[in-house]
Amino acid sequence: MRGLGDLYLQQLKTGLATMLQYRGSLVIWLIGNVLEPLIYLVVWSTVSRSTGGTVGGYGARDFAAYYIVLMLVNQVTFSWVMYEFDYRIREGTFSADLLHPLHPIHADIAENLSSKAVSLPFMIAAAAGLSVVFHPVFRLSPLAAAAFVPALVLAFLVRFLVDWTVALAAFWTTRVSAINQIHYMAVLFFSGQIAPLAVLPRPLQVAANILPFRWTVGFPVELLLGRVTGPRILAGFAVQGAWLLAGALLVRYVWRASVKRYSAVGA
Amino acid sequence: MGRFHEDSRYTGNVGAEPVIRVRDLKKTYVTSEREPGLRAALASLVRRRKSYVQAVDGISFDLEAGEMVGFLGPNGAGKTTTLKMLSGLLHPTSGEIAVLSFVPARRERAFLRQITLVMGQRNQLVWDIPAADTFELNRAIYRIPAADYRRTLDELVALLEIGPLLGKPVRNLSLGERMKCEIAASLLHRPTVVFLDEPTIGLDVTMQRRIRAFIAEYNRRHGATVLLTSHYMADVEALAKRVLVIHHGRLLFDGELAALVERFTAHKTIAVRLRDCAADLGAYGEVVSCEDGLTTLRVPKAETARVTSRILADLPVIDLTVEDPPIEDVIEQVFTRGAA
Repeated sequence: MRGLGDLYLQQLKTGLATMLQYRGSLVIWLIGNVLEPLIYLVVWSTVSRSTGGTVGGYGARDFAAYYIVLMLVNQVTFSWVMYEFDYRIREGTFSADLLHPLHPIHADIAENLSSKAVSLPFMIAAAAGLSVVFHPVFRLSPLAAAAFVPALVLAFLVRFLVDWTVALAAFWTTRVSAINQIHYMAVLFFSGQIAPLAVLPRPLQVAANILPFRWTVGFPVELLLGRVTGPRILAGFAVQGAWLLAGALLVRYVWRASVKRYSAVGA
Repeated sequence: MGRFHEDSRYTGNVGAEPVIRVRDLKKTYVTSEREPGLRAALASLVRRRKSYVQAVDGISFDLEAGEMVGFLGPNGAGKTTTLKMLSGLLHPTSGEIAVLSFVPARRERAFLRQITLVMGQRNQLVWDIPAADTFELNRAIYRIPAADYRRTLDELVALLEIGPLLGKPVRNLSLGERMKCEIAASLLHRPTVVFLDEPTIGLDVTMQRRIRAFIAEYNRRHGATVLLTSHYMADVEALAKRVLVIHHGRLLFDGELAALVERFTAHKTIAVRLRDCAADLGAYGEVVSCEDGLTTLRVPKAETARVTSRILADLPVIDLTVEDPPIEDVIEQVFTRGAA
């Protein structure tokens, strides 16, 4: 474990050094991360105002709170490993990683965390700015705040494992961008990004409860905003736990099969 | 433990298992191919034609501990495929490999810790940060104890003369400087088996020589087993007494470089310096060139002694030398004969 800790620390340093080499593109990328939830925020606030108050139990200022928290949660949990993998396989840089006596997911997690460490202060500042403009209503309870942290950690882990498994598609096909696009759309709909899940039709809500995506973004957001309460909090943690286990097993088996295939067709 | 000192485990273990053991190794790549053009593209949606490429076709060899062996062959001969199978990146289609008694394709951590594969055209250094940072990362990945790391790094920095380069972002290094740093990064964990795939490709002569000297020194100091491919015969001549020659996936020769030259050269070169080029030496052998009084003749090996004494007796010779043809010519001979 100490060895792994050392690795994470080193990878973190490397990640930071790399990120800081590209300050310009970092800023552009962060602006994009703010703009996307901002668009949904504006759209849904306008809709709720024009329908005379609320949509699915959300008023304009509730939408503001929802999307400001979602922006931060999404920033913490999202990853870009599928785009990295595509590059690694096409360029053949993966071979060097395969020669290391270590599962490559560790390096990816550590790299992800290091970039979050750089970007999060910026995003928090952006959230503060948006709060001034859009006047969100937060109804924070100590219980919700306490449950939020483990929910966020689980959300990160589940999302990373699922993303990593999807990324492994790069071993099997050269048309990864199509798969990435489908995955991106699924995340958009079922995680609660395009709209809070309460606003969606019932069948979609049922699907969202089964699929992993809600548990990687929407659940922690709703939890913090007090929209998930009582036994549903525990149920949410149970589903997150189940997906964590499923994700870990998926990574384990799909990874093995992928490496086998990679080394059969030519590394 | 003596892992980081003059390594005693790999000296004098006569009769022990070879470090690398390869038996009847084969690798077939399956690719789907199609004709160019739109119609063919559409047809390929329905039916894909598969083609099979026999990259390695039944090779066998052993490498003993501490041996340094050159792996020769033209492009596409199967050298890189073989190195990738030996280092566990590729699964063999059939045959057996044991490296340090491990099956490489299983990629066990204990195996990966003891080997390295340096590829001249691929890199592991992180492009945007100084090499020193990648070194630190490798220290963590291989869990190298701090003291060992320090000692190894100091040694590599001194031998490769990369001290001043360590703090510069890798993208600002020249090709040769980068290659030296790549090699250092690959050796920090002190592998006992080193696979080098074209380590000097694209480098200038001075840099080639320096890297060559380093490899020889690493092998001498640590008793590492080294298998090296190169396009540059000078690399192989300088480093390897023994060579494996591979062509179309088959092993054409396995033995001492000197024996290869002996076996595959039917001719010798006689260079004769006369006062002028006027004399026609065509009667003594095939004239390869004649410049400024220096005539180069190619004669059958068996005839060399007789022809030499005749020239000395018949002509006003200033100087005369007998040489083996350049090693490149020998290798070319091997390939043309092997292909025939």
